[in-house]
Amino acid sequence: MNEAQPLVIIENLKKYFPISSGLVFQKKAGSVRAVDGISFSIAKGETLGLVGESGCGKTTAGRTILNLYPPTAGKITIDDQEINTENKPDLKEFRRKTAMIFQDPYASLNPRWTVSAIVSEPLRVHKLFKNEKERTERVNHLLNLVGLSSRLINRFPHEFSGGQRQRIGVARALASDPLFIVCDEPISALDVSIQAQVVNLLEDLQDQFGLTYLFIAHDLSMVRHICDRVAVMYLGVIVELAERNELYENPLHPYTQALLSAVPIPDPKRDRERRRIILSGDVPSPINPPSGCRFHPRCSVAFERCKVDIPEWLEEAPGHWVACHLYTNP
Amino acid sequence: MDSISKPLLQVEDLRTRFHIPEGTVYAVNGISFVINEGETLAVVGESGCGKSVTMLSIMGLIPIPPGEIVSGKAIFRDKDLIHISEKEFEQLRGEALAMIFQDPMTSLNPVLTIGRQITETLRTHLSVSQEEAEKIAVELLERVGIPEASSRLGAYPHQFSGGMRQRVMIAMALSCNPSLLIADEPTTALDVTIQAQIVELVLKLREQFHMTIIWITHDLGVVAGLADRVIVMYAGFIVEEALVDDLYGNPRHPYTLALLGALPRVDRRRDRRLNSIPGAPPNLLVEPHSCPFAPRCTHVIERCWVENPPLKAIAPNHKTACWVELNDTSIGTS
Repeated sequence: MNEAQPLVIIENLKKYFPISSGLVFQKKAGSVRAVDGISFSIAKGETLGLVGESGCGKTTAGRTILNLYPPTAGKITIDDQEINTENKPDLKEFRRKTAMIFQDPYASLNPRWTVSAIVSEPLRVHKLFKNEKERTERVNHLLNLVGLSSRLINRFPHEFSGGQRQRIGVARALASDPLFIVCDEPISALDVSIQAQVVNLLEDLQDQFGLTYLFIAHDLSMVRHICDRVAVMYLGVIVELAERNELYENPLHPYTQALLSAVPIPDPKRDRERRRIILSGDVPSPINPPSGCRFHPRCSVAFERCKVDIPEWLEEAPGHWVACHLYTNP
Repeated sequence: MDSISKPLLQVEDLRTRFHIPEGTVYAVNGISFVINEGETLAVVGESGCGKSVTMLSIMGLIPIPPGEIVSGKAIFRDKDLIHISEKEFEQLRGEALAMIFQDPMTSLNPVLTIGRQITETLRTHLSVSQEEAEKIAVELLERVGIPEASSRLGAYPHQFSGGMRQRVMIAMALSCNPSLLIADEPTTALDVTIQAQIVELVLKLREQFHMTIIWITHDLGVVAGLADRVIVMYAGFIVEEALVDDLYGNPRHPYTLALLGALPRVDRRRDRRLNSIPGAPPNLLVEPHSCPFAPRCTHVIERCWVENPPLKAIAPNHKTACWVELNDTSIGTS
């Protein structure tokens, strides 16, 4: 899979949000360590899934990778263009090559803009058309690509259903011919029957244009369906990463095991037979994450070392990475 | 579910509409069902299918106007919930009927402490002193798995996480030991790990309190391990009703079939594209006269366009509303 140079390389990426106290003389009281050193790469045409509970930092990771939030530390390389904390070359070119599909199709489209204005904004910003006729043609083409009629281009977002709005969001994301798209929970606001439509559309577009996706989601069944490889995030760090079937059939990290066992199966017989690992408590605060392995307070197999040492990122099997003391040498 | 179980709630021909400036929303269009004592019934459907409106109608929580319950009965312990006075209802709600909602943040009052909110319910329905009520509140919170319950009575809802808030809601719902608990998407806003905790908790409490539960959800996954019987709703109609194993093992309505086919499975390797259901649910502003699923159905025949199929039994404990008899009900997942 990774023979060629990967399209996206993320190295030790961190994003901290400062917390200040005091109304007038604000002083820094600490920081939310939303993303605390993640590394991975995505090959061209590949879909990498990023899963985890709410608050684990997956959305922040996606936004930081696209430089919507400036990173606190680390390096992002997309299509040989490198961005780190010191050097920020041509962000505009970077933005042309990347795009994002947002979770909430109601909040992510400007209600006062027509579909045409929404979809053509990236074209305008990147000066991708010569005249009005070309612009309209391009918008029509984009709408047809996502399965919307070009008759709708002068309508406003409120005239569309959730699934159709998400299609508009996809059309807009495709406008600048991006190479890499971060899909941030693109289907979680949609009904089941509409989810399948959008997922199939994303797959078709990937085949057609050789797109590379980072697919952020909490629906682990859908992630298994759509992603080639899956990374599991917990409290700002990646705890496990593997090819999808390897991860789902042979999860190594206790957190991944618990997460997978909690996913309901739409089959009553299978669901009754299953052994559930019920995690106690909630995800701790990322302001002051637990020492050592961040998962140790909720882990059923944690031992002394887990409270002290941060587990190393190890390749347990070819392509199967895990950060857990069960697999490190004493 | 055993065969001697007796019905606790009997809903007949319920029709609820909303009159809005754009016209009339036909939200629930004549549905009938029964829930037996001790049973867990799941009501499944997508947004706008009428599942919540049905329950709100039964609970007397539909704002009138704009809402209107055009017809129907909901017989609960010899009383028709649709036609009793608000005063009688006040007594029933909380004591005999309780409801928990999807979003525990908006259903708890943000400016009152948790303790105050639980004791209020207790004192309304049971004649107990504030001290006694607080004691019961602590017991309830412990029962739903809130650690250090006694010290948390003074906490406000924002100091709890989503899962903990839902536990508080459950504690409040259980405070007067209701015989019927209606849970409206109680785990939808929660993470899977927290969802598993809440499902586990409800299963445990179901045993302890011998509760009858109606669980409303859009998630066919979560009810598989929870329900005895499932009702599938579409555009204000019941399209299929079956015991849980039959519904998943032998779905008979094209909509149920399509929904199951649209779901990927966490326990299986990908073997196909997802079956997507073309189109979108119908406009509820139009009074339905034909099968509401016909425009999206792959099995559609002439008759579907002119006449709405009634819900009829095709096997014991299995009903469906479809003109077509489906032969191949495999969903391609083998």
